[in-house]
Amino acid sequence: MAIEQATPGVFDGVALRADFPVFDRPHRSGRPLSFLDSAASSPKPRVVIEALADAYGHHYANVHRGIYELSEDATARFEGARSTVARFIGAPSHREVVFVRNATEAINLVAYSWGRTNISAGDLILSTEMEHHANLVPWQQLAAETGATLEFVGITDDGRLDLDDLRAKLARGPKLVAISHVSNALGTINPVADVTRLAHDAGALVVLDAAQSVPHMPVSVAELGVDFLALSGHKMLGPSGIGALWARRELLEAMPPFMTGGSMISKVTLAETTWAEVPLKFEAGTPAIAEAVGLHAAIAYLEELDMANVRAHERFLFERAWSALGEIDGVRLLGPASPDEHAGVVSFVIDGIHPHDVATIFDHHGVAVRAGHHCAQPVMARYDLPATTRASFYVYNDVDDVERLVEAIHATQRLFKAH
Amino acid sequence: MDNLYRDFILEHYREPHNKGVLDPHDLHFADSNPTCGDEMSMTLLLDEAKERVADVAFDGRGCAISQASASILTDELRGLSLDELRALDPKGVVENLGVPIGPARLKCALLSYKVLQGAVIGAEARWPDEAEVLAGGSAP
Repeated sequence: MAIEQATPGVFDGVALRADFPVFDRPHRSGRPLSFLDSAASSPKPRVVIEALADAYGHHYANVHRGIYELSEDATARFEGARSTVARFIGAPSHREVVFVRNATEAINLVAYSWGRTNISAGDLILSTEMEHHANLVPWQQLAAETGATLEFVGITDDGRLDLDDLRAKLARGPKLVAISHVSNALGTINPVADVTRLAHDAGALVVLDAAQSVPHMPVSVAELGVDFLALSGHKMLGPSGIGALWARRELLEAMPPFMTGGSMISKVTLAETTWAEVPLKFEAGTPAIAEAVGLHAAIAYLEELDMANVRAHERFLFERAWSALGEIDGVRLLGPASPDEHAGVVSFVIDGIHPHDVATIFDHHGVAVRAGHHCAQPVMARYDLPATTRASFYVYNDVDDVERLVEAIHATQRLFKAH
Repeated sequence: MDNLYRDFILEHYREPHNKGVLDPHDLHFADSNPTCGDEMSMTLLLDEAKERVADVAFDGRGCAISQASASILTDELRGLSLDELRALDPKGVVENLGVPIGPARLKCALLSYKVLQGAVIGAEARWPDEAEVLAGGSAP
């Protein structure tokens, strides 16, 4: 198969595969792996794997406590990773970055700590119909426990946020708006700066689930204006088990701890405890030290590529895939058609063939995609679908992956004799 | 390649046996596959003594594996006693598909079994232990 240079002047996804050992692994199909499930979790480049091994091998001790060289070394690397995350998301201070396991934990931290302090019976919380369960279930639980009301801003038939519905619901004075930057199930990029301005005008704070945006495009909390942002390291070439919550300093200062125990204290007596300063107040117990250093390496790799280039690369692949799949009889695409409003995610259904069968047959062709409800069952219900098949792109993908995707769809349809 | 999708499976998918809802019925249960959200229901009519299956039907939409599994399983239930339904071996349900089922698709193959157990013993029915079922020799 002829492989052309994807986006002249940006970068070559095929060449980048050499940085990722997973592409050396033989696939049972006998074909090279076409990995189109980065929205679930991404493969790791060698530099991240080596950074993890180096952190554990040569720089590992507990952080923030040992009065010896090795602990000072580990602490400096851990705190350096915090500064890297802060810089990467345009945060004014590293002290506003709390290390957590993943975006799910970050959102739960906000729901438990800020939510249970600031939300009470009769309050309104807004979310949207396109959320991942991670940005839905914690608010459902908060509403159930406090007696608050949780409502969802609708989405249009082409998968965009219904801004008229947003304005109408904001007029009722919600205290919080919880929204995703990019929908994992549809690929929609939400107009977060506009949403935030409207929400702030209505007196609401904004929690942004950025798990699907920070890995794929330039994201700046300063430019977006949001109040909280959640991200996962494992979706952005980093290790699993490390993620971050960013929040404005004054919010973190006013919030009670989420979990308590070691590391997060200032002084403990048998009668009472005072808390460490932020962000350590929110980091009870020994953190994921080497994983934070691994996340630093992942961000360094992405910064080397330049996030504007990453976005341009994925935008190009999205456009190729959207038009190629759109030409296939019996394939229905979900989400906005405009590449300005659509990340590198293509969610689709093939008439008469269940997405689980689609993914299994794709796997026989060496094409890894996600099939299911994508942890966004209300999105599936909105479009009256049990599930969809989702192909998602990242830096190591290129036009050959789009060709493999098209080829796999044709093979699936032939097998089911649907067309 | 694609031996999971033998004609046998695809025929059951296109023209499933025992599809629909029995009315009246003695037993009914519905459940979903947590990995994809597919829902399946089953209705059973018992004989006059309320001891054996007189008729059975399943309903719902799903993948080829779950639909074929339900079609094949329900074909075998008429005449069985409630005790015999409870004693059905989930490994047998998977083996009856006649194709290799790996861990990724095991829940699809077992959804019909799970719904049947729900109909017989109620909501406390649990998914069979996947490692045990796979150890049954049906894994590829």
